[in-house]
Amino acid sequence: MEKRQKKIKKIAFLGLLTAVAMLLSYVEALLPSPVAAVPGIKMGLPNVAIIFVLYRFGAKEAALVSAVRVIMVSLLFGNPMTFIYSIAGAMLSIVVMIVLKKLNFLSTVGVSVAGGVFHNAGQILVAMFLLGTAELAHYMIVLALSGTISGVFVGICGALMIKKLPMYKI
Amino acid sequence: MGDEKKSKSKIKNDIIFIAALLAAVCLIGIIYIATRAPGDTVIVKVDGKIFGEYPLDTDRTVEIRNGDRVNLLIIEGGEAYMAEASCPDGICVAHRPISRDGESIACKPNTVVVIVRATGEDSPDIIA
Repeated sequence: MEKRQKKIKKIAFLGLLTAVAMLLSYVEALLPSPVAAVPGIKMGLPNVAIIFVLYRFGAKEAALVSAVRVIMVSLLFGNPMTFIYSIAGAMLSIVVMIVLKKLNFLSTVGVSVAGGVFHNAGQILVAMFLLGTAELAHYMIVLALSGTISGVFVGICGALMIKKLPMYKI
Repeated sequence: MGDEKKSKSKIKNDIIFIAALLAAVCLIGIIYIATRAPGDTVIVKVDGKIFGEYPLDTDRTVEIRNGDRVNLLIIEGGEAYMAEASCPDGICVAHRPISRDGESIACKPNTVVVIVRATGEDSPDIIA
């Protein structure tokens, strides 16, 4: 009974956090881009929820929440094209974050920065593949910088959430 | 106490990690830019359509007119740059001169794109 209750609790919380991640995607879409000349610069706010899931629940759960979030957001607001870009970025990002968390030598800030930078890297790799050009590689420098800055912010937010929210430990 | 020590060393690791990551990305970028083949043709596109093609080795001034929107492109000493633009942001004017294959200057408000190509080989069109 105890075990079953725990499982139900977990499902409910993961659903809730998926909703939070989706909502953060939406909020992010509402915010104006800080540098209009460079498309692709984003805060990566949904990563706050993903980081939280990664540290509180685990790798499998974080990958799942991230994937569901991308699929749902693409269905609601995007198109097949944005889906391909998002899922590539999200999956590369989550794999890197899971590995770095396992290695256990970085705080949430470092993990989140890596997540942000590799999210962009995944998208650029897809763009290079789809457009058949290496043209976009220099774009990576700009996105790596913006990914680092927003990654620090997201990492601090994630760390605060992990520390302050008592809700549920697994 | 031990926990605090551990988290402090993790922050240090974070900083080292971020610096290494940025350095790696910059290095890749620099190698990529430095090894790019020089271009020989300047292609100007307005609204996605080709406005004109100009050799990079001949100095000239190109006035790109699209209704009342004007961009002034200067080709000088094997480099091309935007000297003036009627757009409000001036991002294209601030862009450094371009000369290598694949480099481009875009003026979004005026839908003008200037791109350098090496015509010796077939390179894919990224704007279309």
